[in-house]
Amino acid sequence: MSVMAPKQLLASGVPLSYLDIGEGPPILVLHGAGGLQPQAPFLSLLAKHGRVIAPTHPGFGTAELPDWIDSVDDLAYLYLDLLDALDLRDVTLIGFSMGGWIAAEIAVKSTARIARLILVDSIGIKVSDRLTRDITDIFGTDPGELQRLTYYDTSKAPDFSALSDEALEIIARNREASALYLWEPYCHNPKLTRRLHRITVPTLLLWGENDGIVTPAYGRAFAERIPGARFDVIPAAGHVPQNEQPEAFVERVARFIGER
Amino acid sequence: MRAWYFSENAYPYLPDPATYDSIRVDLPNRNFDPKVGAELYHRYLDEWQQAEDLGLDLMLNEHHQTATNLNPSAAVVLGALSRITKKARILVLGNPIGNRRDPVRVAEEMSMVDNYSRGRLEVGFVRGVPYELSPANSNPVRTADRLWEAHDLILKAWTTHDGPFNWEGRYFNYRQVNIWPRPYQQPRPPVWITATSTAQVAKVADHGHTVATFLTGYDQTKAIFDAYRSQRAANAQATADDRLAYAALVYTGDTDEAGYAGARKLLWYLTANKVAPQWKNPPGYASLKASVALMRGAATAFDRASSLEQCIERGIVFAGNPATVYKQIAKHHAHVGGYGHLLMMGQAGFLEHDETVRGMTNFANEVYPRLKELLITA
Repeated sequence: MSVMAPKQLLASGVPLSYLDIGEGPPILVLHGAGGLQPQAPFLSLLAKHGRVIAPTHPGFGTAELPDWIDSVDDLAYLYLDLLDALDLRDVTLIGFSMGGWIAAEIAVKSTARIARLILVDSIGIKVSDRLTRDITDIFGTDPGELQRLTYYDTSKAPDFSALSDEALEIIARNREASALYLWEPYCHNPKLTRRLHRITVPTLLLWGENDGIVTPAYGRAFAERIPGARFDVIPAAGHVPQNEQPEAFVERVARFIGER
Repeated sequence: MRAWYFSENAYPYLPDPATYDSIRVDLPNRNFDPKVGAELYHRYLDEWQQAEDLGLDLMLNEHHQTATNLNPSAAVVLGALSRITKKARILVLGNPIGNRRDPVRVAEEMSMVDNYSRGRLEVGFVRGVPYELSPANSNPVRTADRLWEAHDLILKAWTTHDGPFNWEGRYFNYRQVNIWPRPYQQPRPPVWITATSTAQVAKVADHGHTVATFLTGYDQTKAIFDAYRSQRAANAQATADDRLAYAALVYTGDTDEAGYAGARKLLWYLTANKVAPQWKNPPGYASLKASVALMRGAATAFDRASSLEQCIERGIVFAGNPATVYKQIAKHHAHVGGYGHLLMMGQAGFLEHDETVRGMTNFANEVYPRLKELLITA
């Protein structure tokens, strides 16, 4: 499938850019700290099972960043506005990593338009004690080590030296936006755990079995805190199973959507 | 021209750099021997005192979690310096207020020191080097915005004398700001702000603060000073030379050879700065273009530390006998259109106490008198 041009809308006065591909039941896809890659194969595979709406968070890619926006909470409200603006109902909400955190924050605020929730290698809660970091310090880890922790197969990691200046500038902008949203408290909202009981829609947590950024054990702990949530792993995948194992990933999503 | 003696108060007695990844942020402090460190603290304070005796003004700064600088609190050093010196002006360059949680505390500390020193304090504000963000756990994005809001708040705290004011800003919130003491200097101590590129200069010029630039050599310094002057001109204001400051490594020997030998020891400041990649460019600290260049392996000012000859040629080191040092400074001064302050790093690394004092004495007696008369002739 060829990549369609992103669409635009205004949510809370913020210009939002989003991909809108496929037809059928709506699937809202929230990307992680690496940004949205429109060419990622999992997106077109997913679009065979519904209408995929994939916004770029403010500050990522080439998306505008209003100066008042600085938190995952801001993004959660923006996407609630986006659901209203597009009048989407019975939405399958999928969030990857940082996008999983946003998705969880949306779901604790309102599931009025949400039919089910899928959190993939998600961050957002604090599980361990104060001396134990649950989530790898992505801003304080050697870049080579970070790639080893992110990918099961590091040959799938992007090679910076092969990228254009424009592509590198997008990566730099994605890192900057990630720091803005994730820096402190690092990659989590201390209050979120106390609010997860409000998630009453069917929830699936999907994890790369070899994720070194947030471990499957963290994922299981996350799942235990959401009423009725299920946990599943995708073998031979790290922190981005949707990219390392797109077929296996979409197969699990499709099966979950198909359950009634 | 005024000359300011500056030392980073390094702790150079470290293991082989091959055994650690970074001198900044994560070098374990077991490498700091308190018995050695305490002696160093006193030695460095003595050197500032001796600089004052030689007629120099004094400058200090602060860094965190690093062996390159033992002063994580400039305010503590200022407390000591303001008591053990009598006449020198004391410049802190500076307070990293973009990383500070509590700007009102900075306003209080600086007011105290201004009183301790009976009005000899010059207060610098800096965004700080990139390796300061992690020690402060300060978000590297929008640091310039935080710096300027903190700046506005501190200046208001210094100059408000009729009881509490309210501050509910974008980054800082207070309801009862009413600092005691107020500054000794009225309406407030002089303010300095650092710049490494032209981007931040306009605002510094608008406020009429002194802009200081570190190790930016010939052309970048000229670009920064020109940007300052043109912004002042655009505001229909003149730029006095005392609004412009340049920081370099300076060592003056009896002979050229002695001067170069001392300067080679100063180069430790550049060559010892081994920094792990994850601390070099936190996201959002540098411009996107600069970040892309760094991703492609561009050199930083520290990486560019090459031979002494090259450092002299680039204008980041002034060294030699007194005549040579004067000539180098005069050449740089003329190239960039003049400046009123020379900030001299005169001690670094393994430069011993007597060598440090000899260098600053040669400078103060043989170079400084001529610099005071330095005018733009180009």
